[in-house]
Amino acid sequence: MTGFVQTQSIDARTAPLAARRSLFRVLFGDVLSTVSTLVILFAVIALAPKLVSWGLLNGIWAGEGTQCTGAGACWAFLRAKYPFILFGIYPPGQYWRPIGLIVIFIGLTLYSLPPKNWKTSTLWAWVIGTVVALALMAGGVLGLEAVPTDSWGGLPVTLILTVLSLGLGFPLAIALALGRQSDLKTVKYICVAVIEGIRGLPLLSLLFIVSILLPLMLPDGLKIDKLLRALVAMTVFSAAYLAEVLRGGLQGLHNGQGEAADALSLSWWSKTRLIILPQAISKVIPPLTNTVVVMVKNTSLVLIVGLYDLLSAGRAALADPAWPAPFAETYGFIALIYFIICFSITRYTHWIERQNLFGVNR
Amino acid sequence: MAFIELNGVNKWYGQYHALRDVTLSVDKGERIVICGPSGSGKSTLIRCINALEGHHQGTISVGGTALTSDIKTVEGVRKSVGMVFQSFNLFPHLTILENCTLAPIHVKKIKKAQAEDLAMSLLERVRIGEQALKYPGQLSGGQQQRVAIARALCMQPDVMLFDEPTSALDAEMVKEVLDIMVDLAGSGMTMLCVTHEMGFARQVADRVVFMDAGQIIEMNTPDAFFRAPQHDRTRQFLSQILH
Repeated sequence: MTGFVQTQSIDARTAPLAARRSLFRVLFGDVLSTVSTLVILFAVIALAPKLVSWGLLNGIWAGEGTQCTGAGACWAFLRAKYPFILFGIYPPGQYWRPIGLIVIFIGLTLYSLPPKNWKTSTLWAWVIGTVVALALMAGGVLGLEAVPTDSWGGLPVTLILTVLSLGLGFPLAIALALGRQSDLKTVKYICVAVIEGIRGLPLLSLLFIVSILLPLMLPDGLKIDKLLRALVAMTVFSAAYLAEVLRGGLQGLHNGQGEAADALSLSWWSKTRLIILPQAISKVIPPLTNTVVVMVKNTSLVLIVGLYDLLSAGRAALADPAWPAPFAETYGFIALIYFIICFSITRYTHWIERQNLFGVNR
Repeated sequence: MAFIELNGVNKWYGQYHALRDVTLSVDKGERIVICGPSGSGKSTLIRCINALEGHHQGTISVGGTALTSDIKTVEGVRKSVGMVFQSFNLFPHLTILENCTLAPIHVKKIKKAQAEDLAMSLLERVRIGEQALKYPGQLSGGQQQRVAIARALCMQPDVMLFDEPTSALDAEMVKEVLDIMVDLAGSGMTMLCVTHEMGFARQVADRVVFMDAGQIIEMNTPDAFFRAPQHDRTRQFLSQILH
C-alpha cells in the first residue's frame, strides 16, 4: 500500500437534487398503490354524483319546512335555525351577549398564540376577560337583564366548558403530576389516588355523580349551579388526563437537569418553574394536543345532564315539528364547527413545535 | 480549621457500601485531584459535598457549616460550592447567557443587567463570550463544558467541584477545558477534581487522592504519588493508566 496526502482541499458543493417520484408512479407504482387508487377512484365516481345532486342540485336553500320534501338537502333549515343551534334557548333579543363572549374568547385566544405574548399580563387578561364574558352572559349587572345558566346554550356553553375546564385543569394537572413524583409519601399517594380514581371512571359517570348525586348529598338550601357542577367534573377529568401526559414529560427529562439546578442552589419552586416544567411540557406537546382535542369534543357529553351545548342545541333544533328534521345537514354543520376548532388547535401546535422555542438539537 | 471537612463519612446505596469511613480536609485555595477506578466512590464523594447525595454517617462541613438534611442549610452550602458535571447539564431551553444569569438572578437576587455583566466577563474568561446568545445545542462539547464552568463561577463560589469534566469530550476538546481549569487553579480557587487526566494532576494538584472500593487508599503530593506510590493497589492502578 502506498501513502496518500491530500494536496488540495475539496470545497463543499451543493447536494444533488433528490429524484422526485412522478405522480403516475405514486398512484400506480406497485400493486398495492394501483389497487388503492382504483378503489378510491371507484368510490368517488359512485358517490360524488349523489352527493352533488343531494347537496347542490336538489338542495333547498330557502323557504319553509314544508318545502323540504327529502329529495335534497334542507339547507333552509340551517338558515332558519342557526341562531338557535349557536345560542340555544338564550333570549333571542339578547344574542349580542353570547356573541360578545365568543368574540372575547376568540380574541384572547388569538392574542395568546404567539410565544412572545406568553407572559403574566396575558394570564391576567384571560382572568379579566373570562369574568367579563361570564358577566355579559349572566347579566344582572350594569342594567343587563339577568339570564340564568339554565337558559344558556349552544356554542358559548361549549366554549365556556372547553376554555375553563382546560384552563383550570392544566394548573391542577401540573400540581397532580408533580405531586405524583413527590418524595412525600402522603402527597404522592393522594395524587395517585386522584389521578387513577378519575381515570378509572368514564366521563359520563363522573358527570352523573357531580350532577345528580352531589346535589342529593349537599345540605338543603345549598344549591350549586348545574353548569358549574358540569364544569367541575370536566376540569378534574381533564386534569387527571393532562397530569399523566405531563408525567411522561417529567420522566423523560434527564436527571442532570434537576441536579444542575440543585447545584446552583435554586429553590425547588424555581427549579420546577424555570428548568423542569418548560422542558417537560415542550417534550409532550403532541400528546397534550391530543388530550386537548379529545376534551373539546368531550364537552358534548354534558347533554346527558341536561345542558345545552352546541350538540344538544342542534338536537333540540331538530325537534321542531314544523321541519322534517334534517339530521345530516344539522350534524354536518355542527361537525364543521368542531372540526374548525380541533383542526386549528392541531395546526397551531404543529406551528409551535416548528418554532424551535427551546434551542436546537433538544 | 480547613474549609471542607469530611469526617468518618459513610454512604450506602441499598446494601452497597459506597463510601467507607472517608475522612478528608481541604484548605482554602487547595487543589485536590481525586482518581481511582470506576465505582470507587470518587463521584459519590464530591456529590456528598454539595448534598446532591445524602450521606448516612459521619460529618461534612463546608466553610464552617455542617451539612444536615435541612433545605436552608443545604441551599446555603450550595451557594458557595460550584459544580461541573461530566455531561455538562446546561439548560437546553435557555441561551448561554441565560444559563449563566439564572442562578445569580433567582438565587442571589442580583439585578438582571448586573448579572449579565458578570456573566459576560466570565464567558470572556472561558473564551466563549461571542457565543452568549446561542443555545447549548449549537455549541461543541468542549464549548458547552466551558460554559458550564462559567455558569458555576457566576455564583462566585468559594469551592469548585469537577466531576470528570473531560470524560465526555472528544480528544481534541479535552485540552481547551483543561486549559480553563489550569487557569482557574492559578487564580487561587479551591478545587476538587475527579479526573483521569494525570497530566493535569501533576501540573496543578496540591494533593492527589486515590480511592478504591469506597475508601481513600492513598493521598500524597503529586510528585510523591506518581514517583513512589506506597500501596499495592495504587501501584497497580498507576501501571494500568500510565504507559
